[in-house]
Amino acid sequence: MVTELFAPALYETLFPAGISRYAVGGLLVGLGAVVIYLGTGIPAGASTFLESTLSYVSDQSRFQRYRASRDWRIVFTLGIVAGAAVYALTFQSGLVSSGLYESGTTGELREVGGFTLWLTDVQPWRLFLGGILVGIGTRIGKGCTSGHGVCGVGSASKTSIVGVVTFLIVAIGTAQVVMALGVSP
Amino acid sequence: MNGNRHPLFMPLIFVGGLIFGFGLGFSHMARPEVVLNFLQFTDFGLLFVMGGAAVVTGIAFALVPRLLERAPLTGDTYGRRLKSFDRNVLIGGGIFGVGWGLSGICPGAAYASLGVGNVTILWALAGMFVGAYLQGYWRSQRAGSTAPASAD
Repeated sequence: MVTELFAPALYETLFPAGISRYAVGGLLVGLGAVVIYLGTGIPAGASTFLESTLSYVSDQSRFQRYRASRDWRIVFTLGIVAGAAVYALTFQSGLVSSGLYESGTTGELREVGGFTLWLTDVQPWRLFLGGILVGIGTRIGKGCTSGHGVCGVGSASKTSIVGVVTFLIVAIGTAQVVMALGVSP
Repeated sequence: MNGNRHPLFMPLIFVGGLIFGFGLGFSHMARPEVVLNFLQFTDFGLLFVMGGAAVVTGIAFALVPRLLERAPLTGDTYGRRLKSFDRNVLIGGGIFGVGWGLSGICPGAAYASLGVGNVTILWALAGMFVGAYLQGYWRSQRAGSTAPASAD
């Protein structure tokens, strides 16, 4: 096991929630992308949905270029929402448990009709302002964490690897500054 | 492309999204706090999410084109996800990085976050549409006024 590669104290410091939920979740994210790729040949990313969906309401040429894929991108996004909801109805609600799943302590849990919803404590202004920058940056930068990070890196694309390194370094710097300024949650 | 799609095309896209979204929920990437914990160096688990996913796609993207001629539901040949490099990759990546570091949320994880019950994430989704619209409007105008537009 990976656990034995580290001294226990170091492992506990680096991975306070263990690694299995992350590794299993990551493998499933990759599997989802592979299922689509295998059947259709499409290496899908999540952020194009933003622009392709805007083509329904705006005639701008940047959005209209995604007309051909806009319907299946909505289905892909609905699938992501539904898949996360299946997780919420099972593991998050405690109806299913596994030694590979660590439930965690972040955010706020709310019981609704026997199921457990999870809500973030991160302030709305951070989500909204951050969201605007994510919307601009992923589209100008040709991809996000799934397009560049999962499919692009999986394709050994130099562009994607440079993209991932860029947004990771900048995001770490930003999050560190935000923390140093005492902004929390 | 529309109209004559294979009847299983949409169901397969949905199932792929379902597995993808379940993985984002299970790995807690749908929780901005957990992403911020990585970016602030208190939990490095995110590396296993991105790494685990890229290993799976890496194997598939390398093997599938050698084993199969064409994708059964589209008839398309299998390619890799290769995009041209220019300074937009750095500029866009930098802007995305600031947004991701501030909010702890990225597009796929935001969709999944809605699925786990996090209605507060609608703030981030609204922001992402606003941001995507702003850059699209600006770039469409610029492409219209200074043809020929650069291809990217």
